[in-house]
Amino acid sequence: MEILQFDPATDFKLLLAAPLIPLLGYVIQICFGKFLPRKGDWLLTGGMFATMCITVYMLAKAIYAAYRGEPFQHHSGDEIGLAFHWLYSSEEAAGGTTNVVAAIFYDSLGAAMLAVVGVVSFFVHLFSTGYMKGDKRYHIFFANISLFTFAMLGLVLSDNILFLFIFWELMGLMSYLLIGHFSHDPGSGFHRWATWACKKAFMTTRIGDVCLLIGMLMFYREFHTFRFTELWEAAKNTVAANGGVFPAWMTVAGLFVFGGTVGKSAQFPLHVWLPDAMAGPTPVSAMIHAATMVAAGVFLLGRTYPLMSPDALTVITVVGATTAIFAATIGMTSWDLKAVLAYSTVSQLGFMVAAVGLGNVTAGMFHMVTHAFFKACLFLSAGSVIHGCHHEQDMRMMGGLRKKMPITFACTLACTLAISGMPLFSGFYSKDMILAAGFERVLGHFNGWSLYALLALSCAAMITAFYMFRLIWLTFFGEYRGSMERHMYTDMLVAHGRGGHLVYHDALGRLHAPKDEPLSADDGHHGHGGHDHGGHGHDAHGHAEKAAHGHDSGHHGHDSGHHGHDSGHHGHDAGHAGHGAMDSHAGSHGHHDHAVVPHESPINMTLGLIVLALLGVFGGHFWLAQGDPLVHHSKPWFVKLASWDRLYGPTVGEWASRQPVGEEARAHMEHVAHQSHSYALYVSLAVLTLGFLASWFLYVRRRDLPGKIARNLGLVYETVRNKYYVDEFIQRTFIAGSFALARILSWVDKYVVDGLVLAIGRLGKAIGGFSAWFDRTFVDGAVNGVGALSQAFGGVTRLIQTGRIQQYAAFAVAGGLLAAVWLIML
Amino acid sequence: MALSAYIAVSAVLFALGIVCIVTRRNIIYVLMGIEMILNAANINFVAFARFNGDGLDGQMMAIFVIILAAAEAAVALAIVLNVFHLFETVKPSEVDLMRD
Repeated sequence: MEILQFDPATDFKLLLAAPLIPLLGYVIQICFGKFLPRKGDWLLTGGMFATMCITVYMLAKAIYAAYRGEPFQHHSGDEIGLAFHWLYSSEEAAGGTTNVVAAIFYDSLGAAMLAVVGVVSFFVHLFSTGYMKGDKRYHIFFANISLFTFAMLGLVLSDNILFLFIFWELMGLMSYLLIGHFSHDPGSGFHRWATWACKKAFMTTRIGDVCLLIGMLMFYREFHTFRFTELWEAAKNTVAANGGVFPAWMTVAGLFVFGGTVGKSAQFPLHVWLPDAMAGPTPVSAMIHAATMVAAGVFLLGRTYPLMSPDALTVITVVGATTAIFAATIGMTSWDLKAVLAYSTVSQLGFMVAAVGLGNVTAGMFHMVTHAFFKACLFLSAGSVIHGCHHEQDMRMMGGLRKKMPITFACTLACTLAISGMPLFSGFYSKDMILAAGFERVLGHFNGWSLYALLALSCAAMITAFYMFRLIWLTFFGEYRGSMERHMYTDMLVAHGRGGHLVYHDALGRLHAPKDEPLSADDGHHGHGGHDHGGHGHDAHGHAEKAAHGHDSGHHGHDSGHHGHDSGHHGHDAGHAGHGAMDSHAGSHGHHDHAVVPHESPINMTLGLIVLALLGVFGGHFWLAQGDPLVHHSKPWFVKLASWDRLYGPTVGEWASRQPVGEEARAHMEHVAHQSHSYALYVSLAVLTLGFLASWFLYVRRRDLPGKIARNLGLVYETVRNKYYVDEFIQRTFIAGSFALARILSWVDKYVVDGLVLAIGRLGKAIGGFSAWFDRTFVDGAVNGVGALSQAFGGVTRLIQTGRIQQYAAFAVAGGLLAAVWLIML
Repeated sequence: MALSAYIAVSAVLFALGIVCIVTRRNIIYVLMGIEMILNAANINFVAFARFNGDGLDGQMMAIFVIILAAAEAAVALAIVLNVFHLFETVKPSEVDLMRD
């Protein structure tokens, strides 16, 4: 197996090529994409295929090394001198403190992440060729996702946290551009929401990015390096020098670094941007906001785990667990297909973060990898469903799609089983490990936060199973409701007056309650089964107030010729007229013609689904062990791949794992671990069963119950449904506070600073005025006086200069006479 | 005849010349006045040479003055012609461009 040995000479060049191919593709695409045949999608997709092949090949090498038990940590600068010297100071040696050297760092974790990015990116590219067909900015879209892929690959390969940060920011920019893809297309109906959502995503993650920068520089200040391997060593040595206790500043710096994760991985309370990021095209949601970019935050945690003090880890645990349960509950109440998946993503990211916090990095990273596959698949399936249903996103308007879209259904079901933690599916292994990590903490060294995390994660796992199967039942089972009146599920909702109390509230509302109709309004229209709901459905939910008024009169513009009215008022009305531009069913779509039935997506879209679903099913499955795979110590491939010594090297890994020293303690820990795994298995099976049965009972057996429960819960349901009012809270406190502060500062600026400046100006003006007066009066007076004096003298003397010869002669004679007289007299 | 008689004639001639120069309105008369003054000076030269001198210095000087007067008259008349050409007048009171 020579071919699977890592060969630094050639393999680093391949690794370098992996991100450079999409970058090159981006440059070509942005310059010439418009003029290429098919707008250049084949070029980038082909390039991504090459990148995917490289990444998978490289992962194979990493797995092979893990299988053989060889160390696998490669640094291109150290091994073949392939490094980029940045900020190089010639006076200092290469190891000087101001010298930043960037190189490729390739280890097991990077290998896994790189392959995930390569595979998901390629299939998303492929999927986009179908999904984005006919889009106005098709070539720009491809260019952008390509550059995003470059940034993500670069981030994974960075050997130092500074370059990680650079790529991190680049990803943030691409996320911004891609969420805002429809901003430039007023016809899509998404454009306002998209514009607003991309700004929100950018600004929200910026908070985390600033935290990361601060944390990074705090570490740099103490350790004088950005390189991960050196940071780990330095952390270990610092803690050892400090008597085995983390210094307080490391807790603070670690929490700042974690702030970056909170922003990027959408952890509470900065999670608000991710659900709104669904304004972007679905392939973008699949790639950036499910599989790769949001996982980058978790990846960062994996890279910086040895820097985290126990106190910081406690905070990480609590934040992760809170996010997991918090987002899961919101996911239960959403009707929008993509919103459910978005909250599911937030929740799963919470699982990963909590796993790292609980001290099991491997479990967190494992879940990151498996989640990337099945969540990308779920998003692409959602895209396929949305595409098939002509850009309908409301699950109440779906149903019964399993016969019409068999491939999509099969893939979604497989991935739902995976995410719910069905045994033998990939999600089971990773989630099981996370729960086991929780048990291990609780049983091993108990503290209250661990118990909280364990309970929260278990509940979140149950709710995950519940809402994912709810999605399955609503979307793929029962009757197709796209052609029916929507009363069927509207009674699940209680009327709630979401007044226009927030900027863009209708945009917010679209995601979470796209087609809420107040009950009163709906009740009045049960009998209108045959009328075109395209118009009325969409104008009804924009503002509850408006809708309520409109509906009281019993007339809400449902004559089919009127479906486009009110366009531009809310995204929704225009949305459905404008979506015609995005698919080939413009004519029928605008009218919501009921003759159009959902259809399966073409092969270029379903191929990605199938491959990703297979990865989602089997991704956690391969067991890696020498000899008999069934012996007790065999483990899933990733666990072998990302064990402690492989993550951080043998010495740091040993230290970072924080295993107790001593034979007895070790034996005890092993016993605890064994016990934990058994408990975790029972718990995960129990919560899966409970969640599944609950969703089956509520959405298949007793469909009338959800509405009743929602109504009886009343305020509680309302709170969850409105996402715990976090957006409103942020709006009222931070945003309104910023505005108030801005107003105060503006006042200070206007009256104090400007006043001071003006006063100084006035003083200067007064002095200048005096000076000018003095100048005019005295200086000019002196100068002019001299002139006037000589003029006066000249005026006198010119009297005798008459110019007449005879007069001159007379004067001369007179002068002569006078002289004569004077001479004679004397 | 005594020397004073010559000097008296000369003084009268000189005075007449001055008056002629200062008062006459025609520039030609002014020139003639100048000639009279020159001749007054000539009389003085000759008279003083006759009564006090021991050679012909005074007489020689008078002849020089006559020649000089001839040259001067030629130049002056040329100037007068030019002045007339320019100003179309020979009145010195009207030729006062040098004033300012």
